[in-house]
Amino acid sequence: MKDALGAPQSLLVLGGTSEIALTTARAMVAERVRRVVLAGRPSAALDAAAEQLRGLGATVEVVGFDAAETDDHEKTIDEVFAAGDIDVVLLAFGVLGDQDADEKSPAAAARVAQVNYVGGVSAGLAAANALSRQGHGALAVISSVAGERARKSNFIYGSTKAGLDAFAQGLGDKLHGTGVHVMVVRPGFVRTKMTEGLPDVPLATTPEVVAEAIVKGLRRKSSVVWVPGQFRFVMSALRHVPRPIFRKLNI
Amino acid sequence: MSDGPSADARPTARRVSLNGWGRTAPSFADVVRPTNRDQVASALGQRTSRGVIARGLGRSYGDPAQNAGGTVLDMTGLDRILAVDLERGLVTCEAGVSLDRLIELFVPLGFFVPVTPGTRQVTVGGAIGADVHGKNHHADGSFCNHVLSIDMLMADGTERTITPDGDPELFWATAGGMGLTGLILSATIRMTPIETSLASVDTDRTKNLDEAMALMAETDEKYTYTVAWLDCLAKGANLGRCVLTCGEFAALDDLPAKKRRDPLRFRTGSLLTVPDLVPGRLPNKLTMGLFNELWYRKAPKHKVGQLQSITGFFHPLDLVQEWNRVYGRTGFLQYQFVVPFGREDGLVKAVETISAHGAPSSLTVLKRFGPGNAGFLSFPKPGWTLTLDFPTNTPGLARLLKQLDEIVLTNEGRFYLAKDSRMDPADLARMYPRLERFREVRAKVDPDGIFVSDQARRLGL
Ligand SMILES: Cc1cc2nc3c(=O)[nH]c(=O)nc-3n(C[C@H](O)[C@H](O)[C@H](O)COP(=O)(O)OP(=O)(O)OC[C@H]3O[C@@H](n4cnc5c(N)ncnc54)[C@H](O)[C@@H]3O)c2cc1C
Ligand SMILES: NC(=O)c1ccc[n+]([C@@H]2O[C@H](COP(=O)([O-])OP(=O)(O)OC[C@H]3O[C@@H](n4cnc5c(N)ncnc54)[C@H](OP(=O)(O)O)[C@@H]3O)[C@@H](O)[C@H]2O)c1
Repeated sequence: MKDALGAPQSLLVLGGTSEIALTTARAMVAERVRRVVLAGRPSAALDAAAEQLRGLGATVEVVGFDAAETDDHEKTIDEVFAAGDIDVVLLAFGVLGDQDADEKSPAAAARVAQVNYVGGVSAGLAAANALSRQGHGALAVISSVAGERARKSNFIYGSTKAGLDAFAQGLGDKLHGTGVHVMVVRPGFVRTKMTEGLPDVPLATTPEVVAEAIVKGLRRKSSVVWVPGQFRFVMSALRHVPRPIFRKLNI
Repeated sequence: MSDGPSADARPTARRVSLNGWGRTAPSFADVVRPTNRDQVASALGQRTSRGVIARGLGRSYGDPAQNAGGTVLDMTGLDRILAVDLERGLVTCEAGVSLDRLIELFVPLGFFVPVTPGTRQVTVGGAIGADVHGKNHHADGSFCNHVLSIDMLMADGTERTITPDGDPELFWATAGGMGLTGLILSATIRMTPIETSLASVDTDRTKNLDEAMALMAETDEKYTYTVAWLDCLAKGANLGRCVLTCGEFAALDDLPAKKRRDPLRFRTGSLLTVPDLVPGRLPNKLTMGLFNELWYRKAPKHKVGQLQSITGFFHPLDLVQEWNRVYGRTGFLQYQFVVPFGREDGLVKAVETISAHGAPSSLTVLKRFGPGNAGFLSFPKPGWTLTLDFPTNTPGLARLLKQLDEIVLTNEGRFYLAKDSRMDPADLARMYPRLERFREVRAKVDPDGIFVSDQARRLGL
């Protein structure tokens, strides 16, 4: 249960090795979170992440979860909730893909969509239903500024995030007034292993900044969180750039 | 007892958002309002896997009368007085009867409730569930010391009558047990005889905390009812300055001739609502500082034998309905702790810490507790108890409370569960050494954990 100051006590991460998610988990464990469940594809990295959080004093469970295997999502997530209440679900899995290569390989492009969007819809609903039954809790969905307006350099990934973002907004409206809070998180460029080797861009940020924004947004029950905050204005300007000009922008 | 379900045997459940008096951490539950025992039993039978908790008038500050995703039984529909024995001063009533109602009915008959909290808008069920205390704790103990027997509906659907002698384990797990042992249906309470409905009150203003503590230690023996209001924003030589009020119910002879004709006359007093009083203004450091200054100045330096009404002396806050709304949407929390006698340093350190932080606590109350009772989770134990109110949007509040937690813990203190809304679950066992015994009883009478609240989940009670 969250306390009077909005501090949660339990966390389920979908995409258990995500750097953004783990940084957020550490920040929450430093406050009141004691139970953490890391759901992800089994790997040494996943076990190491669990070990690190245990070192900070949390009780950590690891469960197998593949975003692409949507048939298993409901069962996996229900089992986590059956073992005890979950105050916050952080939907963090995602793949960036390789835009140039994926354009030439429709099957590879579809795999990006299968993880980011299809997996997001299925896992998001499974989590939302479990939270509704529980009568309290929050679902934070990591979208991206890339979904706000698809760019020619990144439209496969961008479109999957646009779909996920729209899904999460609608879900949030559907659950309004049920005690379940859905929050969309829209980071810009974050220096993590996902963006390793890519050139830095303006407004590039760190997982720590994203984590802080997520913790604060959950406390305030925000419905949308931009990281860094300036993106709210940048994107609202970009959204209104006419297509012929937008097309020519080198972004 | 039951003669089959009647037409109204199943009041419908409504899914609504519930919160405590502090208006923080709301959650949704299916609320059912039974009006008789059969309906309570049928609601219990229809529970889901998210369990059930009883709710009285919701005057706890945090989340003990909430149950996210499950069932909450609003017990205020069980509001009948079942038996009265004026000879012995005993009343048997249903759990949803409020202390307000008991006072209204019994003061004209020459009886007062044995213990009353700072509000009388609490139910008998809630008064037992939290084992509430009042200004007379040092003299008379807490509410459950005056409860002779309790009728409860247990997890297995059976009704039981429990008494302190007949079933001490279950009785003292229920006293202060925050609704987690079963549903209290009715109780028999020993009332306190009074000659008049007026309190004879002595007031003293003290320059600082040391002076207040010395005076309180001295006066406690002489009065049944004592409490001090503390200005937590005062600093330096004025640190912890107090207005101490001590009183007794006046004897017939204490009244002026005119009042002696109707000595037990009782009126609730006119009620204001908050919007009329403070339009959209939130308490902050500045307004609280001014308020505290005025309150302190307004109090007489030393005055004896002033006659005050029950409402004026015991329940001044009840004159303002829903005063909790002045704190706005984000709500507020109450922080109440007790530190044992001999740990006065801890109390002083806590007051210093609050004063240094400048957190605007509007209603800071200091009181000395007498001996505690056998309640496993009952709060009072001999020592000093301090109660503070903080708006949750007070800057740096989480940090300040952590500092205070540390002071309370190192001084063998504890928190009051009826006020708690944010304590660290890890501190619970240290504060309540009889927690394990409570858990054992609960495991015995409710092995499946049917009775559960948001607070129970949050603290792992
Ligand atoms: C202005 C104000 C001043 C206060 N001053 C004091 C004070 O001086 N001293 C003090 O001790 N407290 C004080 N309190 C706290 C208050 O007395 C307690 O929280 C009390 O328990 C509230 O009673 P309620 O009927 O509103 O119960 P609720 O808040 O609705 O419930 C409290 C607990 O009792 C349980 N419960 C309620 N009914 C039943 C039942 N029928 N069967 C089983 N369990 C039940 C609930 O499950 C819950 O755990 C104050 C509160 C306010 C708002
Ligand atoms: N970094 C950025 O610039 C940025 C910007 C905006 C939004 N985001 C979003 O933020 C989220 C977290 O990213 P991050 O920066 O923390 O990168 P990251 O460390 O690479 O995390 C991505 C996570 O997704 C998991 N994942 C990928 N495919 C999966 C699958 N099929 N099943 C289960 N898990 C799978 C990965 O797990 P494995 O260990 O199993 O691969 C990894 O835990 C992603 O949704 C990303 O799109 C990132």
